[in-house]
Amino acid sequence: MQVNETFTPTIVAFCCNWCSYAGADLSGTNRLNYPANVKIIRIPCSCRLNPMFILRAFQRGADGVILCGCHPGDCHYTTGNYYARRRMTLLFSMLDFLGIEKERTRVEWVSAAEGAKFAATMNEFVDTVTKLGKNKRLEDLRCAK
Amino acid sequence: MREMIKAKAIELLENGTVNRVLGWKAGEFFYDLTPGIFTSREEIEETFEYSVFSAANLSKYLIAESRKEGKIAVFLKPCDSYSFQQLLKEHRIWRDRVYVVGIACDGMCSMDVIRDKGITGVTAVEEDGENLKLTTLYGDKTIAKADALLERCVHCKSRKVVVFDEMIGENGEEIPDSHRFDMVEKLEAMTPEERFAFWRGELSRCIRCNACRNVCPACSCEKCVFDNDKSGIAQKAAASDFEENNFHIIRAFHVASRCTDCGECSRVCPQNIPLHLLNRKFIRDINELYGEYQAGSDMDTKPPLMNFTTDDCEPSVVYERGGKV
Amino acid sequence: MKKVFAADIYKVFAKVSQKSKLYIPADDGVSQARFLPYMEGMTLTEKLNTGRSAKDLFFPQVENLLKFKVSGKQIEIVDQRDEVESFVIFGVRACDCRSFDILDNVFLYDEPADTFYKTRRANGLVITLACNAPEETCFCTAFGIDPADPAGDITAWKMADAFYFRGNTDKGNALLAELELVEADEEAAHQQQEAIRAIAEKLPFGKLDLTGFDKEHLMEKFKDPRWAELSESCLGCGTCTFVCPTCQCYDIREFNNGKEIQRFRCWDSCMYSDFTMMAHGTNRPTQKERFRQRFMHKLVYYPSNYGGVYGCVGCGRCLQKCPVHTNIVKVAKTLGGENK
Repeated sequence: MQVNETFTPTIVAFCCNWCSYAGADLSGTNRLNYPANVKIIRIPCSCRLNPMFILRAFQRGADGVILCGCHPGDCHYTTGNYYARRRMTLLFSMLDFLGIEKERTRVEWVSAAEGAKFAATMNEFVDTVTKLGKNKRLEDLRCAK
Repeated sequence: MREMIKAKAIELLENGTVNRVLGWKAGEFFYDLTPGIFTSREEIEETFEYSVFSAANLSKYLIAESRKEGKIAVFLKPCDSYSFQQLLKEHRIWRDRVYVVGIACDGMCSMDVIRDKGITGVTAVEEDGENLKLTTLYGDKTIAKADALLERCVHCKSRKVVVFDEMIGENGEEIPDSHRFDMVEKLEAMTPEERFAFWRGELSRCIRCNACRNVCPACSCEKCVFDNDKSGIAQKAAASDFEENNFHIIRAFHVASRCTDCGECSRVCPQNIPLHLLNRKFIRDINELYGEYQAGSDMDTKPPLMNFTTDDCEPSVVYERGGKV
Repeated sequence: MKKVFAADIYKVFAKVSQKSKLYIPADDGVSQARFLPYMEGMTLTEKLNTGRSAKDLFFPQVENLLKFKVSGKQIEIVDQRDEVESFVIFGVRACDCRSFDILDNVFLYDEPADTFYKTRRANGLVITLACNAPEETCFCTAFGIDPADPAGDITAWKMADAFYFRGNTDKGNALLAELELVEADEEAAHQQQEAIRAIAEKLPFGKLDLTGFDKEHLMEKFKDPRWAELSESCLGCGTCTFVCPTCQCYDIREFNNGKEIQRFRCWDSCMYSDFTMMAHGTNRPTQKERFRQRFMHKLVYYPSNYGGVYGCVGCGRCLQKCPVHTNIVKVAKTLGGENK
C-alpha cells in the first residue's frame, strides 16, 4: 500500500467517562504527547457505544475509531464493558467480513491511572492508521467534497 | 398434508379452540400464496392453501394478532417455529392467545429459482411426488423439487418444530451438517479486497425497499431508526455507498444473536442480494467465540449479546483470525 | 423497415455507442437483467424484462438537485444539474415504453414541467423491442398495450436470424438513416407479430376486467370494506413501488455534511410510514390506508386526473416481486369487474 508521507489521519476516540476519559486527562496533566488528530468523544460507559456511532464517524471522515473503557471487571456500572466487548468483537469481525480494514477499529482498556498507556495507545494507533492511509471503503463521498 | 392442515384448521375453528386461523391464502396461480386470516369453514375450504410455495414465515404476524381478542391458530413450519419461540422469549407474542400447529416440512420451493432455470410463463404447478409438473404458456415442463428449493432449504438447519400444541406429520430433527456456513467460509478465505469487491457488487444493487427488514421476525421495533425522521439518520434511499453499507451492517447487527436464520431476508429481496450471509457471519462468529447458540431453540438461554463471561476473548481476536491479508 | 442480421447486432450497438451512450438489457450476473451501458463483449439478456424498470434512466432513484455553501454571511447556491448527454436505450418493452407516457403526464404536461426529467426525456432515444415470450404475470394487453407492436422512437423485432427496425419518430428515423442498414420488407415482422399476439391472447390476466375503477366510483372504492382484508398481509415494504415503472412519488431531502448542504430527491413509497409526513403526523396511520393509497392512485386517482388512462402498464414486476404476493391483479379482481 502506498503511504502518503504527509497524510495525517483523523482518529475518533470514544472514551468512557469514568476511566479512559480520566486517563486521557492524566496523560495531559503529565505532559505526555499524543497526536492532536485524535478527537476524543466522552461517553458515559463503553457500552453506550452504538455501532452506528462508529460507522457515522467513518462516514464523516474518520480514518480510525478507537473505543477506550474501564478494564474488564472495573466498570463503573459493574458489567457494561463486558457487553461492549462482545459487541465490538462481532462488529469488527463484520467490518472485516465486508472487506473493511480491521486495523481501523480498536478497543483498549485504559484506567484512570493509566495516562501513559493512553498516550502510548494513541501514538501506536495513529501510526497504524497512518500506514493504512485514508479511509476509502467506509467514507461517504458526499462528505469528501 | 394439505388436506390434513385444512381439516385441522376447520376443526379448531368449529370446536371453539380458536376464533381465527392464520395460514396461507391461494393466489391467482399455484405459487403466489399470501399469508391470510380465516374465520369460517367456507373461507378455509375455498381459499386455504398449503404447498411447497407456503414459504412465508407467519410468526411475525402474531405480534399484532396475539394482541387481538380471542385465540388464533397458526401453522408453523420448523424454521417458523424458531422465530416464534424467539419472539415468545422477547415477550412480543402472547403465548396463551396462540394455538400452534406444527407442520413437518421437506423444504419450500421458489418461483424465482424456477424462472432462473429458464422456465417462464408458468400458469399452473402440480406436485407430483418428487417433481413439480409445470403448465406454461410454452408447453408443459417438469422440474425436480430439489432443483427448485429456496437457498435456506438447500442448507436446512433443522426439521424440528421447537414449539407446538400439536403436530401434523412427524417432527424432524436438527441437521448438524447443513453446510449453511460454506459460503461464509469461502468469503472469509478471500482477501479483504476481494471481499470488499464482492459486497460492493451485492450491496450496490440495494434499492432500499426495506423488504428484508419488514419481513424479518427479529426486526420488531415499533419504530425503526431508519424510518424515524427525528433520529437524524433516517434514510429513504441509498443515496451513497456508505448508506448502503450502513443499513445492511446495522440491520444484521441489530438482529445478531436473535436471528434464527429463517432466511426470509434473502427470499424476499427483489434484487437477489444474499443477505442471509451477513446474518450467518454473526451466527458463525457467535458459535465460534461464545459457544454454539441457536436463537429460538429454547426459552431459557440468554442470547449471547445480552450475556457475557468475564473471560470472553478481546476484540483484538479479530486481527488474528480469518482470511488472507 | 430495416434489417440487421442477428450476428451483426453487436456491430450496430458498437456503432451507436460510439456516438452516444447506449443502454441494453443485460444479465447482471445474479439472475436478473438490468439496463447497463453497452461495452464491447456484452450480450443481450435472455430474460423477458429487467428486474428494475426503464424508468430509472429518466427518473433516477437518487438525484442531486442543488448544494448550499456557507462562507461567512454568504450563502452560495450551486445548481447541480448534470449535463445530460444524449443516450439511447435499446430493448425497452411495450409496457415500460407506455410508462414513459404516464410519467410524462405528471412531469412534463402538468405545470410547471420537471426540468430534470424534461432534459433526460429530450436527450433519450427509446428503441423498443417486441416481446417474443410474454410471461404469465404480463397483463399489458389489459391496458390496451400491444406487446407485438410497441411504441418508442424506433420499434425492433427479434426474429431467429435477424432484428427488424422501424422508425416511428423523426429522431428514430434519423438514427436509422445514420446506421445505414439494409432495407427490408414492411411485412417482415408481420409473422412475428401474429405469433406474439397469439400468446398474448392466452395471458391469464390479459383481459383483466377494470370496470368500476373510475372517477364516478371514487368514493365507493375508497370506502370499500374489503381493503382491510386485502392489506392485512402487506408488510409495508417498498418493493412494489420501487420496481414499478409508473410510481412517481419522490421526497426531497437534505444531507448536511458539516461543510455544505446537499439537497437531493429520492423515490418515496406510499407504503412507508413516513410518506407525506406532515407537522401534525401522518394522515395514513395504518397499512390499510397506505395500501389503499397505492392502488387507488393507480386505478382511480390517476385515471380521474388524466382522462381515464390507468396508472399501471401491466409489466407484472410487482406480481413477481412482492414478498407476500399481494398485488394489483388481486386488488382489481377483488374490487373490480363483476365484484364491483
